[in-house]
Amino acid sequence: MMPRSRPLEGSFHLMGGDFTNAGSASSELKAILVNFGVAQNIVRRAAIAAFEAEMNVIIHAVAGTLHYLITTEVLTITVTDMGPGIEDVNLAMQKGYSTAPDWVREMGWGAGMGLPNISKHSDSLKLDTVVGEGTTLEILFHLKERNVDS
Amino acid sequence: MQLTKIIELINGTVMIDNGVEALDITSVCCADLLSNVLRYGKKGALLVTSLNQPQVIRSAEISDIPAVLLALGGVPEKDMIALAKEKNIVLITTLMPMYTTCGILYTAGLRSCVGE
Repeated sequence: MMPRSRPLEGSFHLMGGDFTNAGSASSELKAILVNFGVAQNIVRRAAIAAFEAEMNVIIHAVAGTLHYLITTEVLTITVTDMGPGIEDVNLAMQKGYSTAPDWVREMGWGAGMGLPNISKHSDSLKLDTVVGEGTTLEILFHLKERNVDS
Repeated sequence: MQLTKIIELINGTVMIDNGVEALDITSVCCADLLSNVLRYGKKGALLVTSLNQPQVIRSAEISDIPAVLLALGGVPEKDMIALAKEKNIVLITTLMPMYTTCGILYTAGLRSCVGE
């Protein structure tokens, strides 16, 4: 498949507490990246980072948005939520630290791996948060010279 | 290892057959923490878990894991079954505990998706 040259962008609305559809935005984004011609290993990393960010919104926030912008050089995933914000970002970036309730942990989430996983799988992660207002994650992936057929 | 061989070894029951015959499993990811699946899971792995809800299928799909095995007689939720069908993920159950399941698969030559 030849990679596309025109930028592509879009967004998904995320509802806090909607565990039935949790992950569907990341799943759709994964298909979009494949269609765009993004290399398989980057698609996988981006889908994982997007899924962790999406789950953070579902678990912690009232609502949020997952926006993507794909160019031939860069994929930017921006996840913005109306949530509680993060009181201590350094703590939140540490593996094992979580404020998720027990019932979420029983579902297999809330292990304190979300932000560390996003950081591990992305090329860069920028986090802006205001306690009581919400959090924005900007997750970046370099695509140049790694696209399929390039 | 062929997934059909794995099913035979752990006396598994196929709940959702999405081309089970053609699947070749390259490693095993045993986890009840979905972030561990996302962090350590490998393309082509078999996910062994006791979690029975749809986000297990989402995690498998996102991680390019083609098959999920519910140990200890886990009964998948309806939404999990529906999503496995939709996302083309094989869903298997076994009455064996996770420990025994993994022991059998290890003895048969399959290794962890986390590098050893």
